[in-house]
Amino acid sequence: MNYLIDRRLNGRNKSAVNRERFIRRYKDHIRRAVKGMIADRSIKEMVQGGDVKVPAKDISEPGFRYGSGGDWETVHPGNKEFVTGDRIARPNGGGGGSGGHEPGEGQSVDDFVFTLSRDEFLNIFFEDLELPNLMRTAIAEAENKKYVRAGYVKDGTPSNLSVARTMKTALARRIALGGEVRDQLVLARAALEVARSEGRPSARIQALEAEIAELEARLKRVPFLDDVDLRYRHRVVQAQPAARAVMFCLMDVSASMDEHKKDLAKRFFTLLYLFLTRKYERVDLVFIRHTDEAEEVDENTFFHDPRSGGTVVLSALELMKTICEARYPNSEWNIYAAQASDGDAFGADAGRSARFVQEHLLPITRYFAYVEIPDDQEGRRSSLWVEYETIPSRDGNFAMRRVSSAEEIYPVFRDLFSKETA
Amino acid sequence: MNPLPHGPEWDFELIERYHVAIAETAGEFGLDTYPNQIEIINSEQMLDAYASSGLPIGYPHWSYGKAFIRNEQSYRKGYQGLAYEIVINSSPCIAYLMEENTMTMQALVIAHASYGHNSFFKNNYLFRQFTDAEAILDYLVFARRYVMECEERYGVAEVEEVLDSAHALMDYGVDRYKRPGPISAKEKVARKSERDEYEQRQFNDLWRTLPQKSAQSSIPDNRPFPAEPEENILYFVEKHSPRLAPWQRELVRIVRKLAQYFYPQIQTKVMNEGWATFWHYTLTNRLYEKRVVNDAFMFEFLHNHTNVVTQRGFDERGYHGINPYALGFAMMQDIRRICERPTDEDRAFFPDLAGTDWKKSLDFAMRNFKDESFIAQYLSPRMIRDLRLFVVADHSGEAELEVDSIHDEHGYRRVRRMLAEQYRRENMLPEIQVTRYERDTDRSLLLRNPIFRGRPLREEEADQVLRHLGRLWGFPVRLEAVSTDGKVESTREWRP
Repeated sequence: MNYLIDRRLNGRNKSAVNRERFIRRYKDHIRRAVKGMIADRSIKEMVQGGDVKVPAKDISEPGFRYGSGGDWETVHPGNKEFVTGDRIARPNGGGGGSGGHEPGEGQSVDDFVFTLSRDEFLNIFFEDLELPNLMRTAIAEAENKKYVRAGYVKDGTPSNLSVARTMKTALARRIALGGEVRDQLVLARAALEVARSEGRPSARIQALEAEIAELEARLKRVPFLDDVDLRYRHRVVQAQPAARAVMFCLMDVSASMDEHKKDLAKRFFTLLYLFLTRKYERVDLVFIRHTDEAEEVDENTFFHDPRSGGTVVLSALELMKTICEARYPNSEWNIYAAQASDGDAFGADAGRSARFVQEHLLPITRYFAYVEIPDDQEGRRSSLWVEYETIPSRDGNFAMRRVSSAEEIYPVFRDLFSKETA
Repeated sequence: MNPLPHGPEWDFELIERYHVAIAETAGEFGLDTYPNQIEIINSEQMLDAYASSGLPIGYPHWSYGKAFIRNEQSYRKGYQGLAYEIVINSSPCIAYLMEENTMTMQALVIAHASYGHNSFFKNNYLFRQFTDAEAILDYLVFARRYVMECEERYGVAEVEEVLDSAHALMDYGVDRYKRPGPISAKEKVARKSERDEYEQRQFNDLWRTLPQKSAQSSIPDNRPFPAEPEENILYFVEKHSPRLAPWQRELVRIVRKLAQYFYPQIQTKVMNEGWATFWHYTLTNRLYEKRVVNDAFMFEFLHNHTNVVTQRGFDERGYHGINPYALGFAMMQDIRRICERPTDEDRAFFPDLAGTDWKKSLDFAMRNFKDESFIAQYLSPRMIRDLRLFVVADHSGEAELEVDSIHDEHGYRRVRRMLAEQYRRENMLPEIQVTRYERDTDRSLLLRNPIFRGRPLREEEADQVLRHLGRLWGFPVRLEAVSTDGKVESTREWRP
C-alpha cells in the first residue's frame, strides 16, 4: 500500500512554538538589544523589528566531548605526494595535539544573531504595559459575527439538508399515518386465518382477502418521503461581544508649540497609538488639535499638517465632551484621553480647563494623561501645570508628566502605563 | 513498460506513474520495504522538519527554536541549500519531497528514500533491534502531549530545566546492547515448575534435620551498587535518581527513548546513505535500460547524482572530512564489482565474497553490519587506491604530524582499520560510565571516564554537563578520569 499526500497546505509554522520558547529563554538578551535599538531609532523605524545578538557561549548546549590533546589518527582522502613516515608541521602552529578532526568546530564561535519580527519586537517593547482601569464596559454592536447551530427548521437550502433528521421525521410520519391501517390489517389477517381454519364460505374469505389487499394498498400509499419531512440545519447569526475603547488625542498646536515640541508630542501619540492597537481589537481614535479653537482632524492631518495660532485649551476639552456625548456614550465605551501641551494658557483659561477636566471629563474617562513639554529645562511651572496639579485624582485616573527630550518619551510612557501592581 | 514523459514540471499523476515504474523495478531486485508514504512539502515546512531532526512531531523546546532560526537564516541568506528529501524510519515509511524539485529529482528521491533508505530501515540489524517502526509515530504523539501536559501542570520553566539537563546527557542515553526483557508470566511459571521438579528429585528427609541458620546473621548489604558499570546514564538516572518526581522521570525517559531511536542512524550513516545512493543509481539505470526514461532524464539525474557522491581531497576547498554518500556508494558499487568481476587481489582479500551472487552478498552486508564493522569487513585495497586514502597520526608527544600509512601494500590493512576505528563510538564520544551509587551514605554518584588514548575531556563543558547531571540527581556527583592502569588522573565534582 502506498500513499501520496500533498502536505503543502498544512500549517507551515510548526516551529513557531519553538521559536517562542527560544525568545522566552533569551529574553534578557533580547530586552537589552531592544533597549539599544530604541535609543538610536526614530519611532517610525521602531516598529520594524531588528537583529538581536546572543553570545555563542550563552546559547551552547553542552555535552561530554573530547578536548584537544591525546593521540589521534585520522584518515583523509586525496593523497598526492605523501609516503609513510612523512612528517608534516601542525596546521595550527602546534602545541600538543590539535584534535582538529572535528569539522565545523570553528563556526560555533560566532555569536548567534537572529532577527526579531515586528510583532515580537512590539511585544517586548510594550512588555509590562497595561491600560489603566481596563474594563469591559459594554457589549458592542456585532463586530464579529458568528454562525451558530440552532436546531432544525422546515425550510432551507438543499446544502443544509440534514439527511438523518429528515429520515427520522419520515419514519415517524410513516408510523403515525399507517398506525390505524396496520391495526386493521392485523385484525383482518387474524380473521382470515380463523375463517380459513374453520372452513367458512369462500365468499367470506374472498371478502377478507379483498379487505387485506385494500389495506395493504393503503399502507403502500403512505409515501416513503414527503415534503413535510424535510428538515434543514438551522444557523443563526450571533454577535460576539467585544470591549471597545476610544482614545482622545488632544494636542496644542499653537505658535508656542514649536516643531521640536510638536515632534515630541507626536512621538508620544505614536507610541500610544501602537500600544492601543495592540491592546484592543477595536479602538477608535479621535484626534483633536487646538489653537484658539479646537477641531477634530484625521490622523494624517493631526501628525503632519502644520498649523499655528493662539491657545485656548478649554476649547479642545469642550469639543471632546461634545464628541463623547454625541458618539461615545460613557456606558458603552471605555474612554481614554491623552493631552499634550506646552502648558501655555492665558488668563482664566488654565483654571477653567482644570475645573472642566475635573468636573466633566474625569467622571466619564477611564484615564486622563497629561504630558507637558516645557519651554526650558529649568522647570518653571506653567500655568496649566499649576492648575492641573490641583485636580484631585481620587480614582487614580489622572496623571501628568513632563517630557523635555526624545529620550524621555519612552520612560514617561512606560511610567504612565506600567502595569498596576496588584 | 511505456516510456514516461519527461520535463521539469511534476504533477501528482506523474509522480504516481514514476513511482509505479520505480516500485516495479525495485521488485525485480527483490528490495524488501515498509509501505511507502510520500508527502509533498514546501521549503518552509522543510525548515520546520529540519529543526525537529526530521521528525514530523516533536515536543516544544527552545533548542529546536534555535536550530530553526539558524537554518532559516542561512537558508534565506543563501549560505545553505535544503536537502532534497527527508525520510523517517517508520511504518509506513514517510518520505518528504520538496515542491521545488524537478520531476527528475522527485524520481531520484523516491528511489533513494522510499526504496533505498526504506529497505535499510526495515532490514538492518541495528534498526531491527533498537527501533520499532510501527510505534514511533504514536510515541512521538504521546511524548508531545505528555511534555505539554507537564508544562501546563508544573510550569514551562520546570519542564525546560529537566529537558535541558536530559538533553545534555542525550548521547549517554542509549543502550548499545539489548537489555534482557522482563520475563513473561508464562516463563515464570515454567521456571518455577522446573525448580520444583528438581527439588522433588533431590528430596532427602535428612536435610530437614540440619540446624537452621539463625535469622540474626543477616549482614547489611555492603556490595557496591550498581554491580556492573552502567553506560546508559539517563537510564540510571531515570531508574535510581533519589530526587526526581515521577513526571520528571518520564521526561528523562522520553529523551532517552528519542536518543535510542536515533542511535542506529548515527551508527550506520555511511552504510545507510551508501545503500540508498546505490539503489537510486541502480534503479534509475535499470529504468534507462528498459527505455522508460530518456537521455534528458539521465543527464539531469547524473548531474545530481555526481554532486551527491563527490569526495573532495583533503587539500581542496570545501573539504569536510569523508563524505558518507561517496564512501558508502563507492563501497556498495565495489562489493558488486568484487562479486561480478573479481581480480586476483580481490580473491586474496575477499575469498568468501569474490564471484558470489551480488544481490545476496550485498543484502547480507546491508543486514548485518554497522559502519565500523562494514568498513573493517569490506573496504578493498582498490577502494583505498581510488580514494587515495592516507592516515595522519597526531600524537600529543610529537611536535609534528606523521603520515602513518598510505595506499600501498603495507598500508591497506592499517588504513582500513583506522578508517573503521574512525566510525567507532569511542572515537567520537568519550566513554563515561556510572560506577558507584552510594545508596547508604551521602547518595552521591560516581562516574568514570576511562581515558582513551590520552584524550582529555573538554573541561568547561564537562563541568556544565556535570551540573546538569547534578540537577537531575540532586546529590553530589563526581567524575573521575581513569588511566588505563587504573590510576585516577583527575576528579571533578558537583555539589548541590
